[in-house]
Amino acid sequence: MTDPIETWTAELSADPDSLVFLQLGEALRRRRLLDGALAVARGGAQRYPELADAHDLLARILSDRGEGDAAFDAWTMALRLKPEMVGALKGIGFLCYRMGDFVHALRQLEAAAALVPDDPTIGVAIARVKARLEEQASGLPADPFLGTEGWHGATMLLDARGRRLAGSLLSPDGDDRSDAIAAQLTGVSREASRAAILLDLGYWQSIQVEGRSAQLVLTEPAKETVLVIQRPADTPVGRLPLIADRAGAMARRWLERMA
Amino acid sequence: MRQFLTETLDQLTRADGVRGALLVAAEDGLVIAEAAMDGVEAAPVAALAASLAGRLLKVAETAGQAPPALIHLEATEGGLFIAIGESGLLLVAVTTADANAGEVRLALLDGAGRLS
Repeated sequence: MTDPIETWTAELSADPDSLVFLQLGEALRRRRLLDGALAVARGGAQRYPELADAHDLLARILSDRGEGDAAFDAWTMALRLKPEMVGALKGIGFLCYRMGDFVHALRQLEAAAALVPDDPTIGVAIARVKARLEEQASGLPADPFLGTEGWHGATMLLDARGRRLAGSLLSPDGDDRSDAIAAQLTGVSREASRAAILLDLGYWQSIQVEGRSAQLVLTEPAKETVLVIQRPADTPVGRLPLIADRAGAMARRWLERMA
Repeated sequence: MRQFLTETLDQLTRADGVRGALLVAAEDGLVIAEAAMDGVEAAPVAALAASLAGRLLKVAETAGQAPPALIHLEATEGGLFIAIGESGLLLVAVTTADANAGEVRLALLDGAGRLS
């Protein structure tokens, strides 16, 4: 069976004016081939500057790459061309949520819900945003990492038994995976301690995980807690311990306030 | 094949601060080959590396991210590096605290790439 990416690539190569770039860019994005996807989407948006779908595709790819500001601009352009574009409204809502700007996130999502009232994913997103707004209104610092660009939705504190204490981890599509990931990390600090002792390495300080689409750092900012930090793959490796130190200090302050 | 594996491990142990290197089957944590394990028993290292890699592969999947390529457990007196090859093999290095982490990281990624 022929890979559709190959077919669409050949089609686009034979006819650069073809709208197949929309399918090709999305397929590459889904396979996390983000550099290729970006090149295809940029080419398409330049060739069809009045096509809202081209800017929407570009925005999704930029968002996946962690380029929130550029994604915001591309979705804004898509909405200028097509104000009823639900994907762009959801996209901007997601970016606002990730930034901790829940008021604007809610506004965008409610506009999307008015266009497609039967879409259950929008209903779930609205409920989540409203919950965060309520947390904010109650004065409880529910997310110690709120307001720091790129941290919301990418930084989470959990206890040693795999329960989330604060923060959250969102998938590239904006799904909240926090609790599932927290459960999978149950006992990870014990495992790391055991490994370090057995190998005569002293006390464990961090675990860095490098992937093609993201990097992850785990640390133990306070006893019986684990901090999980997710960053885009292109974050310089040497910067991760600095980010982890800063997040650890924020987590410790938050824990002291909660005690 | 055996010679190729030995060469890959030997190259890794030439990096500054590497106490030992081994090749591990990701699925069951068994040692396939090892080199210069300075005061470290290979079998427990292999089991720990496979367990940690397995857990973090699942986490990446749940997070909707691509599988990890490299894991670095950093401790006060040294580190454990695990490169995950596409062939189901793990290339593992145990290092001292003053190891050149950048060099070890690149050597592991290079080695894991050649194993795939």
